[in-house]
Amino acid sequence: MGANNFDRRGFLITGCAVAAFAATPIAAATPRDAEKLITRLTKDINKSIEARSSDAALFVQFEKIFRKYADVSTISRYALGADARSATKKQLSEFGDVFITYIARKYGSYFKDFIGGEITVLGSRTVKKYFEVKTSTKLRGQEPMEVLFHVSDRSGSLLLFNLYVEGVSMLLSERNEIGSMLDKRRGDLDKLIADMRALTAG
Amino acid sequence: MRGLKIVLMSFCLTGLVACAQPGAIDEINDPHEEQNRKTHELNKAVDQAVLKPVAQAYSDVVPDPVEDAVSNFANNLGMPSNVLNHLAQGEVGYAIESTGIFLVNSTVGLGGLVDVAGWNGQYAHATDFGETLAKWGLGEGAYVELPLLGPSTERAALGKVLDSVTNPLSGLTAEPEGIATAAKIGEVLSDRVEYGDVIDQTLYQSADSYSQARLFYLQSRRNQLGYQFEGEDALFEELYGREQF
Repeated sequence: MGANNFDRRGFLITGCAVAAFAATPIAAATPRDAEKLITRLTKDINKSIEARSSDAALFVQFEKIFRKYADVSTISRYALGADARSATKKQLSEFGDVFITYIARKYGSYFKDFIGGEITVLGSRTVKKYFEVKTSTKLRGQEPMEVLFHVSDRSGSLLLFNLYVEGVSMLLSERNEIGSMLDKRRGDLDKLIADMRALTAG
Repeated sequence: MRGLKIVLMSFCLTGLVACAQPGAIDEINDPHEEQNRKTHELNKAVDQAVLKPVAQAYSDVVPDPVEDAVSNFANNLGMPSNVLNHLAQGEVGYAIESTGIFLVNSTVGLGGLVDVAGWNGQYAHATDFGETLAKWGLGEGAYVELPLLGPSTERAALGKVLDSVTNPLSGLTAEPEGIATAAKIGEVLSDRVEYGDVIDQTLYQSADSYSQARLFYLQSRRNQLGYQFEGEDALFEELYGREQF
């Protein structure tokens, strides 16, 4: 019994040590790091818009940018909502993949027209457990448009997990939309993945 | 206007109107959904058959500088109403700023055709009677989709009515009413083309365009009114779980 106790304590101590080690980030991220990340992101977006390539080429660019800077798996899991819990690993990864193509096209077309002008990073701050980077985009004859980027390093690296265009949250809008798409298919995730693939293939 | 405020306040007190702000930016209060969905289908049909093609034709035919001038003119006509609403909300700073913009654009800007203030990065802080009602404590009310006008709330819809009644230009202006209306229509057409991708995406490419439009409107409207999103913590937790260590 004594040995048993000892073992458990030993396990607990080791466990704590491992946890403490894991909890210590290699270097704690700061709002400034988040700002740098978004500055690089907006530079990439501005560059691909300036290139004035075809829509198809632009969407490929946006998809690359999204995969590089965004926490793709977390975002796609959130968009699936409660349905993510019953999904298999394979379904989750397939959905994640096609979802990013879909989102790159959708937001790419917004950024293309809507934004047209340059995105400027204004500043950053810590909001509770994550960072918020504020940007502004000049629009013709109107108040500049505000886009907020939310960034976290919780995934292990510093990545974008949400953005707000004038108060409209990408995560909320996409969970709503994916939810409606699933409803239309009576919750059949495989059918949704297949349809989204077909939709984004062209 | 003071009398109106008292009337509204008494509505609040008697509980006829819910006066609390929604708790979260994504809260949806839509008891008229069935009717709203019918109106939504009507609006979509009108957009497809009339607004979208006419807007495209207008934008193709009218040179960009003229289009801008028409939109600027319409915008400028809305400024006295903007100033009144800022004053009614006690936002004197914004009211002064908007007055300055109105004076500059009405004179140097050739009666509002040129947005001189905008060149200097000066834009009026947008507002309307719906926001005034919100500041006075009136609750948002239910979500409504208005025929032809689109997504709104009961409070914003009442605000629209009051804006058109209290617009000082409806009585004072020397311009014939027709010009103001024509300019306003021109502005609507330009906007339909300018935001074409977002509108088309929402109306014609969403799985459920009604709920997408509703969510889009409610979030941006509440953001404009300065509501805070209270669900942010829960959202973050859902994404990344609770603190693990």
